[in-house]
Amino acid sequence: MNMMSEAAVEAAVGATAATQPPIKMQGRLVNVSYGDNQALFDVDLDVRLHQVTALIGPSGCGKSTFLRCLNRMNDTIDGCRVKGSITLDGADIYDPSIDVVELRANVGMVFQKPNPFPKTIYENVAYGPRIHGLATGKAEMDEIVETSLRKAGLFEEVKDRLQSAGTGLSGGQQQRLCIARAIAVSPEVILMDEPCSALDPIATAKVEELIDELRVNYTIVIVTHSMQQAARVSQRTAMFHLGRLVEEGATDKMFTNPDDQRTQDYITGRYG
Amino acid sequence: MSDAVTPPAAVAGTGIQKRDIGIKRRYAAERRFRAYGLIAIALGMLFLAALLYTVISKGYTAFQQTAISVPVTFSEKIIDPKGEGAQNPQGLMMANYPVLARNGLVKELGIDPKNKKLVSAAGKMLSAGSRVQLRDMVLADPSIIGKTLPVWILASGDVDSAFKGQVDLSVDQARRQVDDQQIAWMNQLAKDNILVKRFNTGLFTNGASSRAETAGVGVAIIGSLYMMGIVLVLALPIGVAASIYLEEFAPKNRWTDLIEVNINNLAAVPSIVFGLLGLAVFINFAGMPRSASLVGGLVLSLMTLPTIIIATRAALKAVPPSIRAAALGLGASRTQMVFHHVLPLAAPGVMTGTIIGLAQALGETAPLLLIGMVAFVVGFPASPMDPATALPVQIFMWANEAERAFVERTSGAIIILLGFLAVMNITAIILRRRFERRW
Repeated sequence: MNMMSEAAVEAAVGATAATQPPIKMQGRLVNVSYGDNQALFDVDLDVRLHQVTALIGPSGCGKSTFLRCLNRMNDTIDGCRVKGSITLDGADIYDPSIDVVELRANVGMVFQKPNPFPKTIYENVAYGPRIHGLATGKAEMDEIVETSLRKAGLFEEVKDRLQSAGTGLSGGQQQRLCIARAIAVSPEVILMDEPCSALDPIATAKVEELIDELRVNYTIVIVTHSMQQAARVSQRTAMFHLGRLVEEGATDKMFTNPDDQRTQDYITGRYG
Repeated sequence: MSDAVTPPAAVAGTGIQKRDIGIKRRYAAERRFRAYGLIAIALGMLFLAALLYTVISKGYTAFQQTAISVPVTFSEKIIDPKGEGAQNPQGLMMANYPVLARNGLVKELGIDPKNKKLVSAAGKMLSAGSRVQLRDMVLADPSIIGKTLPVWILASGDVDSAFKGQVDLSVDQARRQVDDQQIAWMNQLAKDNILVKRFNTGLFTNGASSRAETAGVGVAIIGSLYMMGIVLVLALPIGVAASIYLEEFAPKNRWTDLIEVNINNLAAVPSIVFGLLGLAVFINFAGMPRSASLVGGLVLSLMTLPTIIIATRAALKAVPPSIRAAALGLGASRTQMVFHHVLPLAAPGVMTGTIIGLAQALGETAPLLLIGMVAFVVGFPASPMDPATALPVQIFMWANEAERAFVERTSGAIIILLGFLAVMNITAIILRRRFERRW
């Protein structure tokens, strides 16, 4: 309840400050280091509700690291330390009182390479709801699976073979299966780490279309190496370079009239 | 970098043949290397074939045993001379059954019963195991006393060897175990199909015996099975739990590195050292019984643990990290991740490693010698606390026997052991084939 009210406050503040949607997640002075290597320096970044935020920048610039901080996937890496604050609806997700399992149910993730479990399509989608106890019976589970697959635009293609292996699908279908799997636990935020880098252009187009549809119900943060993709799917773009946030702003502005020379150079393909 | 790219353009006009980059040498080197590989494989196959040939050619005869169909008269005069009947059960136990068998054979051969020398020679053709065999028949059904029944009685080990052609008959008869008279009888009986080779079930069911013809690996098989069971029950869960902890939960630091190095070293510790450890800890300190399969199982468990841990860790490492990320990203806890996804995917590797570890333990001899499993055990061990032997130890003991009939039994037992090992390894291969996943 506390979280909700804080979110409401944030929402009110956001609405008065500008005509921007309220802030869903917020990073302040985020510093990340792997052992002795610091990967992120003082990153301040807001992720706004029902928007797609694209993180761009050359390889090794820290954008994936930042993304993985948002659902604490960095916890799984030995020697990784995160400093600063990251909030979800105003609550610090690195607070000891926050359960990482719950956090990850709220902040889902889709990875670079499609990674369906080597189980049936049905099981892939049903796994998340099952471990979180979201369905009480078989009928309810069937419904969750169907809805999730529909939202991921995959249901029509696989409805006759829900019991066949998820790994037998094509790359694009696998990635949409992974999105369906992430949706199935009803997250509020979905993180996508270069979700199309292993897909062909047609599958990429489908996934991009899907991202645009998902925006209505979810808040999405996407890491991408494709400038066109960032321009096509995102409302806001953040440019990272050497572990620092170079600039952040509305995608239209970033791609037409960036403030920083480095952004200009990167977007026009001069380096990176 | 740019230097490496430009030269071809410069020499392009003169043709690529002019540059000596040692193409011929490279191909020659490759052909040579392939030839070395083929030679290595051929040598390996040759040694294997030689090994199998010697073992099988020496041992296959052990699976048949010569038996003689003797019309045994269960004469009351010999079994129960005082007519005590049921009042003296001890009498039935102690009766002179071999005489019954001998008398039957004497009648069969048509020898004059008064010729002591011939009768004695005929009696020596039969296995002394007839005592137990006939006694058990009488104890099971006392009503057969007074009747005459045909009974298959094992020929003595020497006759068996002679009948299988393993005795050099050109040697003077005084210098061999079977004399010419016995050979003549043997051939006569064989012609009438009274003396035949039959499948040797005793080899699998009998315990230790000083007479080759009644010696078997029954006790050894039971002992080995007990030990395999103990190894499976102890080493598999401990090994898998240790590997899961080390691989999935433990931080990578100096301590876990130290543990890893130690586990790898333990896998290479000579097995006899484990035997000494077992003797010191389990028998001398913990006071467990000697020669028991329990102690053997514990020692072999210690030996098998490193193998299982190394195999399990390799199997866990082979599960792609993306599967772990997917499970964690969905909000699974680490334990759920391991037990729902990683372990099921690693299971074929774990099973393969376990079976190979078990096979290794099954063939292990040295540590068992130290904990007293080199024992003459006749009775079947009812529990792992009872004295028992193991298959490889039985082979070791038989190999020390001088009699010709034990030579074929040694090889026969090796064939049985190899059979078990082959079955286990084939199971491992089938499991791996069937459940292995490709990503």
